[in-house]
Amino acid sequence: MIVAGIDVGGKNIHTVIMKNGDILAKAEAPSGIKKGEAAEQLYNETLKQAKLKREDVARVVATGSAAQRVAFADGVIPDATADARGVIRLVPSARTIIDVGGEEGRAIKISPEGKVMDFAINEKCAAGTGTFVDTMARALEMPVEEMAKLSLQSTRSIPMNAQCAVFGESEVVGLIHQKTSKQDISRAVHDAIAGRIASVARIVGLEDDIVMIGGVAKNVGFVESLKRDIGADVVVPNDPDFIGAFGAAAAAAAGVVEEKVEAKVVEKETIEEGK
Amino acid sequence: MVEAKAVEFWRWPETAWVNPDIDWSKGKIITTGVDVGSVSSQAVVMVGGELYAYSNTRTGSDSPESAWKCLNMALEKTDMTADNLDYCIGTGYGRVNVPMAQQTITEIACHARGANFMYGPEVRTVMDMGGQDCKAIRCDDRGKVMKFMMNDKCAAGTGRGMEVFADLIRVPVWEIGPRSFEVKEEPPMISSTCVVFAKTEVVGLLQEGVPENDIIAAYCAAMAHRITELLNRLGIEEKFAITGGIAKNVGVVKRLEKELGVTTVEAVWHKAEMRAKELPFDTQIAGAIGAALFGAALLERGRVKSARKA
Repeated sequence: MIVAGIDVGGKNIHTVIMKNGDILAKAEAPSGIKKGEAAEQLYNETLKQAKLKREDVARVVATGSAAQRVAFADGVIPDATADARGVIRLVPSARTIIDVGGEEGRAIKISPEGKVMDFAINEKCAAGTGTFVDTMARALEMPVEEMAKLSLQSTRSIPMNAQCAVFGESEVVGLIHQKTSKQDISRAVHDAIAGRIASVARIVGLEDDIVMIGGVAKNVGFVESLKRDIGADVVVPNDPDFIGAFGAAAAAAAGVVEEKVEAKVVEKETIEEGK
Repeated sequence: MVEAKAVEFWRWPETAWVNPDIDWSKGKIITTGVDVGSVSSQAVVMVGGELYAYSNTRTGSDSPESAWKCLNMALEKTDMTADNLDYCIGTGYGRVNVPMAQQTITEIACHARGANFMYGPEVRTVMDMGGQDCKAIRCDDRGKVMKFMMNDKCAAGTGRGMEVFADLIRVPVWEIGPRSFEVKEEPPMISSTCVVFAKTEVVGLLQEGVPENDIIAAYCAAMAHRITELLNRLGIEEKFAITGGIAKNVGVVKRLEKELGVTTVEAVWHKAEMRAKELPFDTQIAGAIGAALFGAALLERGRVKSARKA
């Protein structure tokens, strides 16, 4: 049976077409403003790549924050269950999933069967998302990939004061003016976002094995900072940004087109009482 | 082809003013307050309890330099120098880096004291909407702080958030307020709290063809909502006054009043003689006024000695 999974996030879309558990084709593109149209276009390209027609695909399941925009999908499942379905197939020992995308950060606790046991999400604040890293890379005038590598060469940790992406940008500019090395600034940026993600993960608890997915998992500097923060090893599967789409395709293969899961929405406390 | 010059829509104008009716050389006590904020800096010079001169400038990357630039601008059109000052108090985010100050006092205390002087002793709640933070302060009839709530962790609801928005939508920041009322009906507010996500939301609305003024109204409403959350946590008691840069944004202030169901004190001098002389009123100088007043009180009570050099 041929099935497809489409993950439409705030920043990017990922598609996976699978036949009997094997991936035939996969593709990614920015989601832009008209996310529904972008998803359809990318799906058509993925079909072409797999040399398939629409009618060849038995079922299409969508996931991601803008999954409802995928008009041609047979159903929609939440990111958390898509992630769980994808991860358990690749890393059967996984018990905690940390998924950081462009505009969201999630931590999911799963059972040995891959069932979502607990789930916390930050979708309100850019500071714990890929957007934070992108913004700081722009301030440093370098691609994210380069910032990630430089971060590993850093010799000291500089804690960032700013917990907000907007304020963080000014802080990074200030560090540049103070002639702080780009290596140390890069590490400071990754330490800052790792701290935010770790606090979301601690809500569900950190049980081994911990698997890190989403676009930000490709950032080696961030993964290193996260490991240091949580004091545990982290497994990053290949193509970590495709796991959501892969999980959605796995759901399609299992005949699942609808799922529900309760999330603990994390809202950072920004108001302080004065003394 | 001529390349268009980059326009910085956030860039509000710097100002300075001197009171022509005051002869400072006859003043007994001359104090100054220098408020070095994260975005703007103000210097106020008071002679014998009266407002003599002030400036409102942008803070640069170097705090001591910004403090000097600001004080020099306030003194520029006077024949006074920094050596003629009896006492200087530094306040604001960069207060530890105000080189000419003999002492520092927190901006919370200074804003409450300054608001008391500017808006009158009946003010019980002061909302200071600053460049990188916002503070809701409850105070007594002498401008003494009773309690306060603040947000300095998130750009939403701060002047910085408004500057980012002005730059994005390419409308000068001082036009935001008036333009937010040029709408057929009040649109739903921007739903993202985070300034970074709000930017994405605004870009989406622009591409959908939503009129610019509607988006401006939607952003002002979101900002008012954000500040309401802070004030509700503190508990508001009238009279209610707003200080800081956002106090000048009528689009935010009017929506804040509506959401709170509370009217703000009019932005005019509380003292009748100051109103009669039509002295300019700047909501951003409250912190510096408070600092200058604290300095004068310390000198009068003999708690500190004059540092006057000339």
